Amino acid sequence: MIDWVHPSFFLIFGALLIPLFKGRVQQFYVVLLPALSLLTVMLMEPGVHGVVNFLGFELIFGRADKLSLAFAYVFSSAALIGAIYALHVKDVSQHVAAFVYAGSSLGATFAGDFLTLFVFWELMAFASVWLIWSRRVKASIEAGYRYLLVHAVGGVVLLAGIIILYVTTGSIRFDALQVRDAAFYLILIGFLLNAAVPPLHAWLTDAYPEATVTGAVFLSAFTTKTAVYALIRAYPGTEVLIWMGTIMALYGVVFAVLANDIRRLLGYHIISQVGYMVAAVGMGTALAINGAVAHAFTHILYKGLLFMGAGAVIQMTGRSKLSELGGIYRYMPVTFVLYMIGGFSISAFPLFSGFVSKSMEVSAAADLHLTWIWLLLTLASAGTFLHTGLKLPYFTFLGDDCGARPTEPPRNMLVAMGIAAFLCVFIGVYPDWLYNMLPHEVDYHPYTATHVVWALQILLFTGLGFFMLVKHLGGSPKISLDLDWFYRKGAGLFMQFVYRVVVPVEDWFIQVYRSVFRGNLALGIKGLWLDKNVIDGAVNAIAAVVVRCAGALRQVQTGQLQHYAMVMVGSLLILSLYSLF
Amino acid sequence: MDIGKILESLVNNTRTLKRVSYVVLALTVAIDFFISRHHHVFFWEDIPGFSAVYGFISCVLIVVISKALGHYWLERSEEYYND
Repeated sequence: MIDWVHPSFFLIFGALLIPLFKGRVQQFYVVLLPALSLLTVMLMEPGVHGVVNFLGFELIFGRADKLSLAFAYVFSSAALIGAIYALHVKDVSQHVAAFVYAGSSLGATFAGDFLTLFVFWELMAFASVWLIWSRRVKASIEAGYRYLLVHAVGGVVLLAGIIILYVTTGSIRFDALQVRDAAFYLILIGFLLNAAVPPLHAWLTDAYPEATVTGAVFLSAFTTKTAVYALIRAYPGTEVLIWMGTIMALYGVVFAVLANDIRRLLGYHIISQVGYMVAAVGMGTALAINGAVAHAFTHILYKGLLFMGAGAVIQMTGRSKLSELGGIYRYMPVTFVLYMIGGFSISAFPLFSGFVSKSMEVSAAADLHLTWIWLLLTLASAGTFLHTGLKLPYFTFLGDDCGARPTEPPRNMLVAMGIAAFLCVFIGVYPDWLYNMLPHEVDYHPYTATHVVWALQILLFTGLGFFMLVKHLGGSPKISLDLDWFYRKGAGLFMQFVYRVVVPVEDWFIQVYRSVFRGNLALGIKGLWLDKNVIDGAVNAIAAVVVRCAGALRQVQTGQLQHYAMVMVGSLLILSLYSLF
Repeated sequence: MDIGKILESLVNNTRTLKRVSYVVLALTVAIDFFISRHHHVFFWEDIPGFSAVYGFISCVLIVVISKALGHYWLERSEEYYND
């Protein structure tokens, strides 16, 4: 008798069967999987399920409490919306990758120990990179490699932290970490990298704009918010996060001014928004944690909606830059209106979902009398409206006619956007639906006269500023440097330094060495004979064996990172299958 | 009614739209003088219209600082990473 089913089961193992179906049946199946996953989450009883003993470790696959259920609820909803949005995509591997990615995110959410968390954490990185590579252009392939390498480094740091934690405490339980030792900081760095906290953020804005139209919608939902969940779980009340989050909120806003690619602009606003959540985790009060969860929940929905709107524009016009867009509201009015609902939601207009969620975090800062944090977070929210609610839609849909004559996107894309837009307004109008899911008791009332007037003044006068400065705000065909410079250009410059400085210096030392030690040449010749006949003989014999083995192994080596990634994902799948049953 | 037509008529009446916007801006500040404030943490929460000023200054600050950073330091040609 099965009394508990892991919601990832449908997404990860169900996804592997997608290629068996064709046409309408396949489309039905692609919607069915996330729907079943959502249903499983809705019906799940709180408690600890799926405890497995594996090599002496107690692995917990199903810790269901209010915190994990709230995240699981929105993750599986995002998977369903994303699946509907991608329904027209013929490339089956993208569906599989998206579902394995979403399923791993749910797996990480329900993990009760660090080892299970780690396995799903890595699976997320390997599955999601397919959504970037699947665009099949040079920029995407390159950005995908960088994305994978950065996450591989983050994964190693996280694993190191977990191992140290196990060695020092004997436990791998995934709970709040108390002792500030090496494990504390290594695991924190692993989490912060996935949450895209500067200076560990550049992978996001480097890779997301290069993903497929439908893939970016999935990417916007899972990686950063799974990291927010992990931070809430392990690091509530860690004060350093307050300032890191606030700086992050501003960092995203500043770079969004300079962004010309519409999805890169939205990517910088993921960083900005997640900054609020990270700051709230640092505050750690009941209101702040509730705020972080509520904000993550609403953010996934409206950010998905914004990425869907931007994706629709890219798909129908073939253009992605503000400097090449404009005036297409006539041809895509429905897309425009749905996008604007996302724009008003992220900007926290009254009656939209951001208003009832983000404001909890800002109020939590006020309750703690964090004056500067409060002022800076409020400033950043003006920036959110400025870019996501004004600049991007103005220069994409309104503004000067760019000459493109697109049509509305396929109906499934509009339906997915419609569902997300409905939820954004629904939560804004009826926040108790969301508040009932939050981990702590909610005693917060967003719709007071002072709060509404306050928010309207901030937003509308930001709008006034926008229209006064509008001439200077259009996109320009430029890119702005960010910290990915260090591994995109810096590595090359480092190699040049090696060739131009280190190598000549080394040569010089060799010259000196030769002239000084020439006297020992006779001794050296004797040594050479020994070296040649005895040592080399042994080495050569070993080498011959190695070469023969390598020749056999070479048959399975293709030298392509994609294939290695597939082998790793495959092995992880087999491992998780083994541990589930 | 068709969404496209509504949008079209809004875009064609920017002057009316502008006037309505100014009235709304003025109203949000005017209302601020009459609402009662129960509890507050920061002193500026008692100043009517403070958030209007703060919102406007925030917007201008963000634009000016970011544009300056971009112009003097961060902006490069689109081919920068391909060279």
